[in-house]
Amino acid sequence: MSYLADVGALARKDLLLELRARETLPAMALFVISALVVFHFALPTGSSDLAAKGLLWVAIVFTALLGLGRAFVPEREQGVMDGLVLAPCDRSAIWLGKGIAVLGFLALVEVIALPAFAVFFSGVSGRTVAGVALADVGICAVGTFVAATAAASRTQELVLPLLFLPLAIPVVIGGVGASVAAGGGRYLGFLALYDAVFAIICWASFEYVVTE
Amino acid sequence: MAVAVALIAYYVPEDADQGLSQKIFYFHVPIALTAYACFGWGAWKALHHLWKRQPGADLESYVAIHQGVIFGALTLITGSIWARISWGVWWAWSSNQLVLFLVLFLFYSAYFMLRFSVEDGPQRANLCAVYALFGVVLIPVSFLAIRLANDFIHPTVFTSRGPQMAGSMFLTFCVAWAAMLALASTLYRVELAGKRIDARLRELRELLA
Repeated sequence: MSYLADVGALARKDLLLELRARETLPAMALFVISALVVFHFALPTGSSDLAAKGLLWVAIVFTALLGLGRAFVPEREQGVMDGLVLAPCDRSAIWLGKGIAVLGFLALVEVIALPAFAVFFSGVSGRTVAGVALADVGICAVGTFVAATAAASRTQELVLPLLFLPLAIPVVIGGVGASVAAGGGRYLGFLALYDAVFAIICWASFEYVVTE
Repeated sequence: MAVAVALIAYYVPEDADQGLSQKIFYFHVPIALTAYACFGWGAWKALHHLWKRQPGADLESYVAIHQGVIFGALTLITGSIWARISWGVWWAWSSNQLVLFLVLFLFYSAYFMLRFSVEDGPQRANLCAVYALFGVVLIPVSFLAIRLANDFIHPTVFTSRGPQMAGSMFLTFCVAWAAMLALASTLYRVELAGKRIDARLRELRELLA
């Protein structure tokens, strides 16, 4: 139980910080709306809804990237990471707490983004929503892990997208498949598999990222 | 290696459909399999580093992945040439293996970016080792994803091309693969020896200074 309590405390810390500072969430929301507007002009008139659905996934991945770039900024700038690593809790709780907080941000942004997409382009099917929800879990699990890795690097802002995008390609494939292909169930299954596999290895190996 | 080249040049009968250009198969596929072997070996050494704290495993893992990326780049180039000759295009998204290699190539290139942007030390070794382990997990996941993606990008199922291999072709293929693996392991040893001498030299310099 104490593990869950640690995770809860860590996630609450990030959410509280965001409530007080209000930096990341408005930025992500504005970014995703601007991206959708840009995409509207990037698509020539008469192009299909399918193309727009694909671009929705581009918007989601890049918005997540924006949030992930900020995820470990307090830890880095104010030396919080050293304190967290010294604290008597399991190190993977740091990953899980941060991941939950990032997932919360991303889900809130999508609550804005999906209706906006439905208004600007075409309706959003239930399967797309399910795909987005499953993909969010994978994006946040892998993304938080990679963000922690990048935080150790001198060039964090440069390395994070490079590390994250190749890992996110399967998510995009699964997500686009779930929203456009005929038999979407298989793609949802694939997304769930991705979530499970990467969540387990992130959880198991996070300790090595923050310790020496 | 020389035997393999000789066999490819003189021994193997030309493919009925594709003629001479089919011979690139004996380079392309062994190179690709060797690249997988290098990535696997790198991940295995990374596991050694994390689990057993074996000194030097980090360097070995790095060198293996370095080899893997070189062979991966060669796979992309030879695959692209082959695609140009037999399908008429430089790049075919319908070829699962090529796309998978592109994803892996990007992934492992990011490995180098990570490695060169973190200060040398135990943390860098840890980060790189964990990332190398991610790579071997990404291979099957991406493969599955790319197989799935072909369904909606290319509705027609891509049937396997070419007939079953004849005995002489298979023999040549095996020799070519063995030669490629031998080449990779030789390069691996040379590179590793070089890096070790570098490290040793640096230690000695620090001692003297």
